Amino acid sequence: MPRDRKWQPDALTPWYKTSVKRSPQAALLSFPSTLSEETSPVFGHGMLGPLDSDLIQNFAQPGESAIGPRIVVHGRVLDETGRGVPGALVEVWQANAGGRYRHKKEGYIAPLDPNFGGCGRVITDETGAYEFRTIQPGPYPWPNGVNDWRPAHIHFSVFGHGFAQRLITQMYFEGDPLIPLCPIVNTLKSEEAIRALTAPLDMHRTSPMDARAYKFDIVLRGRRQSYFENRKEGL
Amino acid sequence: MPQSLEYLKESPSQTAGPYVHIGCTPSFCGIDVYGEDLGKSMKTGPVTGQEITIRGTVFDGTGTPLRDALIEIWQADAAGLYASANETRGQADPNFTGWGRSPGHMETGEFVFETVKPGRVPMPDGRLQAPHISFWIVARGINIGLQTRAYFEDEADANAEDPILTRIEHQVRVPTLLAKKTGEGEYRFDVHLQGPNETIFFDV
Repeated sequence: MPRDRKWQPDALTPWYKTSVKRSPQAALLSFPSTLSEETSPVFGHGMLGPLDSDLIQNFAQPGESAIGPRIVVHGRVLDETGRGVPGALVEVWQANAGGRYRHKKEGYIAPLDPNFGGCGRVITDETGAYEFRTIQPGPYPWPNGVNDWRPAHIHFSVFGHGFAQRLITQMYFEGDPLIPLCPIVNTLKSEEAIRALTAPLDMHRTSPMDARAYKFDIVLRGRRQSYFENRKEGL
Repeated sequence: MPQSLEYLKESPSQTAGPYVHIGCTPSFCGIDVYGEDLGKSMKTGPVTGQEITIRGTVFDGTGTPLRDALIEIWQADAAGLYASANETRGQADPNFTGWGRSPGHMETGEFVFETVKPGRVPMPDGRLQAPHISFWIVARGINIGLQTRAYFEDEADANAEDPILTRIEHQVRVPTLLAKKTGEGEYRFDVHLQGPNETIFFDV
């Protein structure tokens, strides 16, 4: 299905300053998709390590764990027809509980957590479902306006079954008062689009005395029916 | 009122931000959780066809190289087959993944892909496309991933009959899609986000 450019953010959003010199100005070239767009690399569950989907533990020293509110993030990867997308690689990255990234270009004064790396990955099951454990990231200030703050968020990179489905987005947390103030959130064009990226608290999936849960479904562009079945594992 | 069609909306895109490498190439950032970064090697053994190197840089509208981009490529093997579950025409080269991912050089931003020259892939109507590599570029300041393609300067005959290249209205811009041959098996494909040499980006 063609991408709905009226729904997706525009390239040029001057209130998010970095977009000004990084946004193409000519019209995009449209043409019907070919095999080059309708095929995609295959990622097998065998490539995953046992802690890849546990950000609380995957960078921690033995016997230790990351600091912060413990959460489970779960949901399904779907396409626009509502079908689950099995075998989809989902990669996530985030700041630590203080709002600090483990990156040499990061200058926020909040401290690093020696037991938190900030990356995780998971592959959806046969129904398109995924789940990972992490700590709730903190909000943080960033250089754009003089006092802009990012709401707490987790970055998602998702593969589908066609390279044209490739998507990067961010998940926000229900009730965060920074959401409507954020210039990056406000590249979204409607309240409905913001809601689509806001994960609700899901008490049914919490682990009592352990971790709260948030639910986040991701929708990829639809594909023609016939490409769905018999996905093999490899790579 | 008729029934609802009940299609879902694609999740809206948000920028990859300045720290995309933490999630997609953590080893490059010194975060050793997974081992080798995914997409670093496109060859898993001896491959069929001509082995080539593609280098390039992504420039912003001021001509400044992006040093925080993530570049992915996807391509057919030398026979024109994709290493994908959706490839029904035959078995692609088992030693070639077809997919590469580069964080760019830490200081210069230059990306490098060690790959093979792709074969020709048909359109749905059977007409052959010229050899090409699909590019997908994300970075801070890019609100939705940019899609384009690299074709090859030294495939003039195939390019001249390519169904997509030939339908571009502003033919003067076609060279922005051509990887330049810089040596035997060496190509350069620079990407310009804006300016007089703005690369043609696709909505596909």
